[in-house]
Amino acid sequence: MREVRVRVRAVLATHDLEARRGRRVLFSRLDLSVAPGSLLRVLGANGAGKTTLLRMLVGLTLPSAGRVSWRGRPITADRDAFHRELVYLGHAAALKDDLSARENLLSLLALGGVRCEAGAADRALAAAGLAGCERLPARVLSAGQRRRVALARLALAQEQRLWVLDEPFNALDVDAVDWLAGLLRAHLQGGGIVALTSHQPLPLDAVEAVMVRL
Amino acid sequence: MTALAVFLRDLRLAQRRRADTLAAAIFFVIVASLFPLALGADPAWLRRLGPGVVWVAALLASMLSMPRLFADDAADGTLEQMLLSPTPLPLLVLAKVGAHWLANGLLLTLVAPVLALQYGLDGGSIGILVLTLLLGTPVLSLVGAIGAALTVGVRGAAVLLSLLVLPLVTPALIFGAGAVEAAAGGMDTGGHFSLLGAMLVAAMFLAPWAAAAGLRISLD
Repeated sequence: MREVRVRVRAVLATHDLEARRGRRVLFSRLDLSVAPGSLLRVLGANGAGKTTLLRMLVGLTLPSAGRVSWRGRPITADRDAFHRELVYLGHAAALKDDLSARENLLSLLALGGVRCEAGAADRALAAAGLAGCERLPARVLSAGQRRRVALARLALAQEQRLWVLDEPFNALDVDAVDWLAGLLRAHLQGGGIVALTSHQPLPLDAVEAVMVRL
Repeated sequence: MTALAVFLRDLRLAQRRRADTLAAAIFFVIVASLFPLALGADPAWLRRLGPGVVWVAALLASMLSMPRLFADDAADGTLEQMLLSPTPLPLLVLAKVGAHWLANGLLLTLVAPVLALQYGLDGGSIGILVLTLLLGTPVLSLVGAIGAALTVGVRGAAVLLSLLVLPLVTPALIFGAGAVEAAAGGMDTGGHFSLLGAMLVAAMFLAPWAAAAGLRISLD
């Protein structure tokens, strides 16, 4: 009986997870459980396997041992249902240089299965501090602005319960850090889960957090 | 819905980067024009070689644009987003291949009659040639997608891709060029077209799955 209750509360979990790069073991016997409304923060030196862990959490990299589960089921059991609840933002912003900021955001949303009007996309871009840049091709945007376009997707991803973000605060200025922290806080308060890596101290006080040091 | 968005996005990208598409078409024209220079200008001889040359040139030209089918998406991170989309990956692959064929394969098919005229083919033969290319170039794109998926992120992907894919698409070449020759000889071409159609249906059904599996392996 107690076993069942634990499963329902802990939505994202790993069991005995292990990652190898060649012969080197990056981490092993990793057991995590993250409840709704909490933040999973992955810490570690460069090359410690932070990105590998995040990629395993979303199923892009297969673990050499162990498994990842979502709502008590392995994530490989029903990929499409898991993907409906997931937003993953990796190192690369997934922007096409030849498309405008708005077109990029709309096609990323469509790929994630989110229906969205051009007006809502423009509002999300404006909230990300990109008002006036909607029609500019991504080619001419700065690194920070490209990051903001990718992150603007989060403002329209309330339905997705699990956000997995690889170094989301990279290349952002002070205003954008505050904006992103606000988005993350709202998502956590709504019962979502955020898994992220970051080298900076996070501007997220008073949130329930699980720390992993690799 | 998502697949349609991917299809339209790829078409828009192809339209904004017209140089890539045109390069393949110009390559097609140049390769097909080199043969008469090397083989001599005997009209009867060229008329007999024409269909085969056009088909081989189309095959090579369609391999030219193939490596970039997934490579660009892999480099900018879009491919990861495709793998994590709620829409099944084979469907997205099919959408990408469809857009790629419209931008490349269809263009080659439309240029082919001009080259066929250069070889002195008559109207009936040109019609058959275009029809075989219309059925055959999608097969090249679909089978090419499997190779492109397997060689994502590999150095020297273009050569490896051609080595993997060219042997697999020779049946399309044989029956495509064969149909034109059969028609010129007054024989029935129904068998050739049936086989080309069967190849297209089989490739359409199987290639997206194979390419999707290849992408998952390549990105792991």
